[in-house]
Amino acid sequence: MTGDPNRYPDGELRFEGRSEPGWVGEPVEKRRLEESLSATDQRWSATDDGYQDGQRIALVDLLDRLLTGGVVLNGEVIISLAGVDLVHVSLRALISSAAKLLDSP
Amino acid sequence: MTSERVCYLYAVVATDDAPPTFRVGRGVDGAEVTTVAQGPLTALISEVPASRYGEPALTSHVEDLDWLTDTARAHHRVVEALARVTAVAPLRMGTVASDAAAVRDLLTTNRDRFGRVLERVRGRLEWGAKAYLIDTPVDTPTGSPTDTGTDTRTDPPTDTVGTGASGPGTAYLLRKRGQRDRARRALARATERAQRLHELLASHAVAAKTYPPQDPKLAGRPEPMVLNATYLVADSAADRLRAAAASFEADDLRVELTGPWAPYSFTEDSSS
Repeated sequence: MTGDPNRYPDGELRFEGRSEPGWVGEPVEKRRLEESLSATDQRWSATDDGYQDGQRIALVDLLDRLLTGGVVLNGEVIISLAGVDLVHVSLRALISSAAKLLDSP
Repeated sequence: MTSERVCYLYAVVATDDAPPTFRVGRGVDGAEVTTVAQGPLTALISEVPASRYGEPALTSHVEDLDWLTDTARAHHRVVEALARVTAVAPLRMGTVASDAAAVRDLLTTNRDRFGRVLERVRGRLEWGAKAYLIDTPVDTPTGSPTDTGTDTRTDPPTDTVGTGASGPGTAYLLRKRGQRDRARRALARATERAQRLHELLASHAVAAKTYPPQDPKLAGRPEPMVLNATYLVADSAADRLRAAAASFEADDLRVELTGPWAPYSFTEDSSS
């Protein structure tokens, strides 16, 4: 809501003196589960010039890391998911969604 | 107004290492990404509506796959962009503070801890390796190979039914059992080889960690996963790690290397 989406930068973290023209970020948008679940978002590989070059990042690989990795902060000021068994609940959601997909023709 | 917004945190970098100026694209919830600096540390954050990232909303959204996917991707996008240019301490996905003052407070309170994490990951990135058993019989159990220890590994695979077997029913049962045993041995062998691969890759890394094998439904492959590991690797050793993975000989394993990742898996502030 801050600002007008048309004026929005291209989604990239861009640094002065470093130009990475190949890398065009795209807005976060709803994507179909079929595209995202197992392994398959070429766009998500984010770069034409480096990271995960030529590889598609699977959501499951990402969630392995995002849900169990990273610094966990605690304290009064934190509203965190750290106390939630993220892996359990999210995998339950993923698996039930996958099952639905497989069941549907 | 301010009470309706909270701060979603992506990562922390050293203020000295933070690039002089940057523009950051959208983060979670399509929000702008900004920085909060406190002394030597700078946090990358987005102000987001409390209605979507505040206390009850956060926990109730976890099972919403669209929310989870979008948040994971946005989180990753910001962290990855940072990791391309500097040492970064990613935060656990879903870390939200009440406001910018709270973020500064966190940076102060956890200053030494972040300092250690940043020092640990500087000049290093994370690489993932997964190995799948290929050519496994269809009826192989896809769970973890826990009861394979008692198999006689020296037995060559054989179809000969033991002495004294009589009747088609017995032969059938013995054949079925033989198939099951072979599948189990194949899985045990693959698991052993995967362990050797793991040790090989770990020898190129400064730290290694294993994740549970992914559910075949989520991995999108029917084959059992026998290794799901990740490694913290110096940038200078990355080519050697890739070469080692590529040249690992195992005709019953399919090996996949992913990365480089931001060092998500190596932010624990412990000696391990």
